[in-house]
Amino acid sequence: MTNVQEIKQVLETVLLAASEPLPVGAMKNLFDHPLGTDVLRKVLEELRQDWRGRGVELVDVASGWRFQTRPGYQKYLDRLNPEKPPRYSRAALETLAIIAYRQPVTRGDIEDIRGVVVSSQILKTLEERGWIETIGHREVPGRPTLYVTTRLFLDDLGLRALEELPLLPEIPPLESRL
Amino acid sequence: MADVAAAPRIARVLGHPLAELPPDLFIPPEALEVFLDAFEGPLDLLLYLIRKHNVDVLDIPMSELTRQYLAYVDMMHVHQLELAAEYLVMAAWLIDIKSRLLLPRREECIEVEVDPRAELARRLLEYERIKHVARQLASFPWRGRDFAVVQVAVAARPAAPLPAVRPDDLARVWQSLCKQPQAAQHHHVSRERLSVREQMSQVLRWLPTHGFIEFHRLFERGGGAAAAIVTFLAVLELAKEGRVTITQQEAYTLVYVQRNRPVTDD
Repeated sequence: MTNVQEIKQVLETVLLAASEPLPVGAMKNLFDHPLGTDVLRKVLEELRQDWRGRGVELVDVASGWRFQTRPGYQKYLDRLNPEKPPRYSRAALETLAIIAYRQPVTRGDIEDIRGVVVSSQILKTLEERGWIETIGHREVPGRPTLYVTTRLFLDDLGLRALEELPLLPEIPPLESRL
Repeated sequence: MADVAAAPRIARVLGHPLAELPPDLFIPPEALEVFLDAFEGPLDLLLYLIRKHNVDVLDIPMSELTRQYLAYVDMMHVHQLELAAEYLVMAAWLIDIKSRLLLPRREECIEVEVDPRAELARRLLEYERIKHVARQLASFPWRGRDFAVVQVAVAARPAAPLPAVRPDDLARVWQSLCKQPQAAQHHHVSRERLSVREQMSQVLRWLPTHGFIEFHRLFERGGGAAAAIVTFLAVLELAKEGRVTITQQEAYTLVYVQRNRPVTDD
């Protein structure tokens, strides 16, 4: 199968039918003669273009490629299912941001930056969401647990890698001023 | 505490009773509780005070900031808000920094001495950055909140493949059922009537005491295919038990059934 149109239709079909984002490797091997990565990416880009101007878009996230609805249409989806997801508190968002930017971090690190005690509930909520996980302990007295963000966190925010997080604002050079 | 009733005291700041709110504290006490809920801790409150007064974080006027901060903390006390310990730790730290600044510096140490405010400034700036990106993260499109993953539902295949039935097959089976009304009827014959053992007695009754009966005549009493089979089995069973003898002179000629003479038991 060398016809680009056919490849594109196969990819469109499997991407729509897949329940998880499809990694590039899995898509390459769908064909009788495995596709080259650059060919595959080119076809995927074409497919992404084909879906422009529609309510559904093809995106590239940490775990692979997937179709998702465009953010502008969420309010209509919400009307079908009127149960509103609860909002995260500022404390939860700040905790998440600290873990995302400073990982791996301990509770103590989070508390140092925020200046207040971290509630266990916040960490539990984020863990249950699958956005953060523990990856062992820091080898210091008390062996505090280390937290990192997960790939699902990137997927759910539509990011491919941590490097795509917004840049932290520049900090002015302290020593020269004081 | 005796003068409480005389003059409505709002707070005690640095040991001095505060009769009226400082003009730069613009939060009415009634709103304080709600207002403090909006702060995520002492760093957040300090940042607010600093930004409110447009002060440079890198050149914090310690005595002014400390005064304001303590005014808030005291008001929290007065309103008996549950005050997190972190607020008091911060108060102690601010006073510590302020007192260090008041100490005269020795000329020869001035090069190496670190500004006592440096650590506070560093923590405030670090917290401010995190606050900033936390707001940005919250404005990102989130799965479930701002978009949904699209998936065409593909029916899962059953674990074991099941046979397919086409409409034609059903029609054919139904037609052949309709062509066999008798066959269908015979399914109603009760088990008792078709009992082989009972039929064996019946066959014996049909057989003459002496002489033969033609085998096919045993099947002339109707009852359909099922009855015929039971009669046939009954004859075979009787032959096996030695109660009857089945004879045929030659191939393709008539078959005869004959009652045997009782041997011992009769």
